[in-house]
Amino acid sequence: MLRQYLKMLKTGIKTEPVRKIVRDPDVERLGAEVKRRVDRDFAGSLAIREVDAGSCNGCELEIHALNNVYYDVERFGVHFVASPRHADVLLVTGPVSRNMEAALIRTYEATPDPKWVIACGDCAVCGGEFGISYVSCGAVENVIPVDVKIPGCPPSPAVLLAGILEALGKVRKKK
Amino acid sequence: MTVLSEYLSALNAAGIETTETGSLTPASVWRIPAIAWERAAELAKIRGWRWSAGWGEDLGERLQINALLEREGRYLLLRAEVPAENPVLPSQALHYPAADRSERHTRDLLGIDFEGGDGRRWTRHHAWNETEHPLRKDFPVGGEPPETTPPDHDYPFVAAQGAGVYEIPVGPVHAGIIEPGHFRFQAVGETILNLEERLGYVHKGIEKIAEGRDAEGLARLAGRVSGDTTVGHAWAACLAMERACGVEAPERATFLRAILAERERIANHLGDLGAICNDVAFAFAHYQFGRLREDWLRTQRALFGHRLLMDRIVPGGVNVDLDKAATDRLDAELNRLGRELDTLIDICDRNTTLGDRLYTTGRLTVKTAAAFGCLGYVGRCAGQGFDARRDAPYPPYDQLTVKGVVEEAGDVASRFWVRYKEICVSLRLLRVLLGRLPESDIRTELPPPPAGAEGLGIVEGWRGEIVTYVRFGDDGRIDRFFPRDPSWLNWPALERIVLENIVPDFPVCNKSVNGSYSGVDL
Repeated sequence: MLRQYLKMLKTGIKTEPVRKIVRDPDVERLGAEVKRRVDRDFAGSLAIREVDAGSCNGCELEIHALNNVYYDVERFGVHFVASPRHADVLLVTGPVSRNMEAALIRTYEATPDPKWVIACGDCAVCGGEFGISYVSCGAVENVIPVDVKIPGCPPSPAVLLAGILEALGKVRKKK
Repeated sequence: MTVLSEYLSALNAAGIETTETGSLTPASVWRIPAIAWERAAELAKIRGWRWSAGWGEDLGERLQINALLEREGRYLLLRAEVPAENPVLPSQALHYPAADRSERHTRDLLGIDFEGGDGRRWTRHHAWNETEHPLRKDFPVGGEPPETTPPDHDYPFVAAQGAGVYEIPVGPVHAGIIEPGHFRFQAVGETILNLEERLGYVHKGIEKIAEGRDAEGLARLAGRVSGDTTVGHAWAACLAMERACGVEAPERATFLRAILAERERIANHLGDLGAICNDVAFAFAHYQFGRLREDWLRTQRALFGHRLLMDRIVPGGVNVDLDKAATDRLDAELNRLGRELDTLIDICDRNTTLGDRLYTTGRLTVKTAAAFGCLGYVGRCAGQGFDARRDAPYPPYDQLTVKGVVEEAGDVASRFWVRYKEICVSLRLLRVLLGRLPESDIRTELPPPPAGAEGLGIVEGWRGEIVTYVRFGDDGRIDRFFPRDPSWLNWPALERIVLENIVPDFPVCNKSVNGSYSGVDL
């Protein structure tokens, strides 16, 4: 146990701006802006339900990274929830496979209004490498309405954060 | 007597006519009559051959079925043909349970009937009719899907009965940030009596949309078979295409490919070690491993231009190079990670609550692992030591020594420790690779392949052996692409691993296996 505490002390707090890789030069400012809007429009807590509708799992890896100690999106009031019934936002990845079409529609219907849909990654935005085929519906907007698109294969965590901020910009309109 | 000639004489003794039709590096190719398909599997099984991969092809009036076997690092590709009109042959799944899902996938996509096998559909949900088969050449890539594809509501799951037995359906939309699949548990109290997996939800037609692509396009697609194995699948596909074209990647390119592959292995293992800890609420380790993984990905972004290394391996070589400053930086990073891991692993090892949850949980027996032909860390935790880098080496591993990692406990803890040891092996390999990086080009031109040229690429991905088959058609366009992710052989093991465990331990059992959905749904 002592070693664990020593390691914690030695590691210190790793939350920091990631200037090098972010499109926006100041992720902290981006995060602060996300937090300000979440506080204002969502009583301090924005709930996201992630739905993989046919991705290769690349986007999921980067969405996971949003929760690591460097980005730690929860400090901006953003958290991922287990059920669409708890969600304000659906973050959908992948070209929508036809085998997931019904599940995605049902997830969308199970999400209470008002709700926002973010298409995450090239496949979700335009079909990507897979496009439309006998078993792929292509872009998410071919199946459910989409509010914000985040391109990238996969988008980096910082780009994802910018996408979430963009979605927050559309909130007042819908509410 | 070699393992091949021993098997050949057994086939001859059983009256099975075998025609040797040359080789498909690294495999020998034997054509056998369709009627003997099952018997050939039985004889191979007795002799200790491991069933590795199976796929079918539409050759016009006839359909060709392939089964790849391996023993002592020797590969053998069995081939049979059946008429396209009435394609029937006996199932190999009776002797090789690993062949079950593969055969069902082949039946759904090509219409080949495997007699005596599990008759239920696998990849086909409801996007196309039972009488249609997407991998037949006359099936249009767009298909004729219904307006909205209905959910898969009538799949005949195995039903357990008895007092107090209840069923828990989970998925396809899971509670976490994870790929979709459906799990059907039967339980008494908290104890799992039976688990049945129903996958296929992320089937996006990879094999069909590969047809007609050029080599570059196929490499890009292969890099997205499974997002966490982008290096492994792209390497296997490029190796297959290079062999079909009769060229070899320059030596420096093979070293760079291996550097990328070992880095991918470490990145995924770091993530999984943390995730396993997270699933038993040891948040400290989750954050620490997550931090190490993030540092690792940032280096990849800085030096290779992509956090997950997508599209870095291309037909004929690679499209990234390292200068002296970069190799120095990578080398320094290895030392740093090694030191960090020493202290972290020590903390994990001494943490009694972690040990309490991981040891004896989710046991895979050596017998089951052998029966399913489990690969990678799933196989290695239960006595299956096969490693393509060591046992069937391809450049640059033919110049390197790869230390084997094998355990026999088969529990979640064992899969945890195998992962850690694999990181250590990869760190050593990376030091050697960086230190001996040869001077040469990093890419060679792929000559136009003749129609019908085929190649096999077998590499050790982070989950285990990846097998990729490629055949070119006219004008250097792809005619058939089949990538076999190790998850094909590891997913069935999960159904056994969870038995007699409690339902709340399923997540950690699942995470310790970490099968790819996209990689098997294709």
